[in-house]
Amino acid sequence: MSGEWPLWEVFVRPRRGLAHSHVGSLHAPDAEMALRNARDLYTRRQEGVSIWVIPAAAVVASSPDEKDAFFDPAADKVYRHPTFYEVPEGAAHL
Amino acid sequence: MTASVDRLLALGDDALVTAQRLGQWCTRSPEMEEDVALANIALDQLGAARLLLTYAGALEGAGRDEDALAYLRTDREFRNALLVELPDRDFAVMIAKLLFVSAYQRLLYERLAGGGDERLAGIAAKTVKESAYHLEHAALWTLRLGDGTDTSHRRMQAGIDEVWPYTHELFESEPDLRGDWLSTVEDVLARATLARPADGWAPTGGRDGRHTEELSYLLAEMQVLHRAHPGARW
Repeated sequence: MSGEWPLWEVFVRPRRGLAHSHVGSLHAPDAEMALRNARDLYTRRQEGVSIWVIPAAAVVASSPDEKDAFFDPAADKVYRHPTFYEVPEGAAHL
Repeated sequence: MTASVDRLLALGDDALVTAQRLGQWCTRSPEMEEDVALANIALDQLGAARLLLTYAGALEGAGRDEDALAYLRTDREFRNALLVELPDRDFAVMIAKLLFVSAYQRLLYERLAGGGDERLAGIAAKTVKESAYHLEHAALWTLRLGDGTDTSHRRMQAGIDEVWPYTHELFESEPDLRGDWLSTVEDVLARATLARPADGWAPTGGRDGRHTEELSYLLAEMQVLHRAHPGARW
């Protein structure tokens, strides 16, 4: 049956105030059952206070082939980090 | 008012036998995810059974603990309703049984949680939330199978029809719970486009220890290790 039940990505918010994080995936026939399965698979030990499930097919992902074009240009742009800038003498409240 | 030993055994044995039947689905359900869901429900039931049997043993005062009661009684000494011991010959039969028994357990535990037996009320208060989840799981599947394909509808209806007669026994000691139970169950069946079977034949005897032969096979499997190696530990 694995071929028939679609894949869902599961996101769990561990505590109030934190963001939902991806924790894994599962199979389920529909969204409601996916949420139930996620509860059984990923929050058995009080790991979370909120769950999102998203059809894996709806996730648009960057391709490993595009890794160089996507991520390498950021490597030599140190001025994007705040530590690149010197704080002027006497600047308060920074 | 303190519950009777027989009453606690009835509650505990319902939960224990339900747990054992659900455990038999491990590696056999349609998906790994459903394996986990059913095993989860089985473990909830087992947890309730342990608390109830431990209490029954303490109340009896004959020195029997949960293991002695679970592993060293014969079928004639079990007090579970016949419904829970019926074999799950089809996934739909298991779902029908779970729907009926968890709807019953939820109402019963709700009542016991506010009852006069303090220890039983504590167990019931903890368990009633689990029952609500079990009921939800069974209801979701009933809807999907009943209102699914022609085949799933046919098999779900067959499962409902097969076990319906055995639900009467659940209400022998609390006839007044049946009204609420019926409205819960009839609502699910209607939404699942399933027919509510007519009342008629009402097999009974489980609460007095008169069981189907299926319970003997279930107990043989459940008890063999403890009987062969009394007191064995992992």
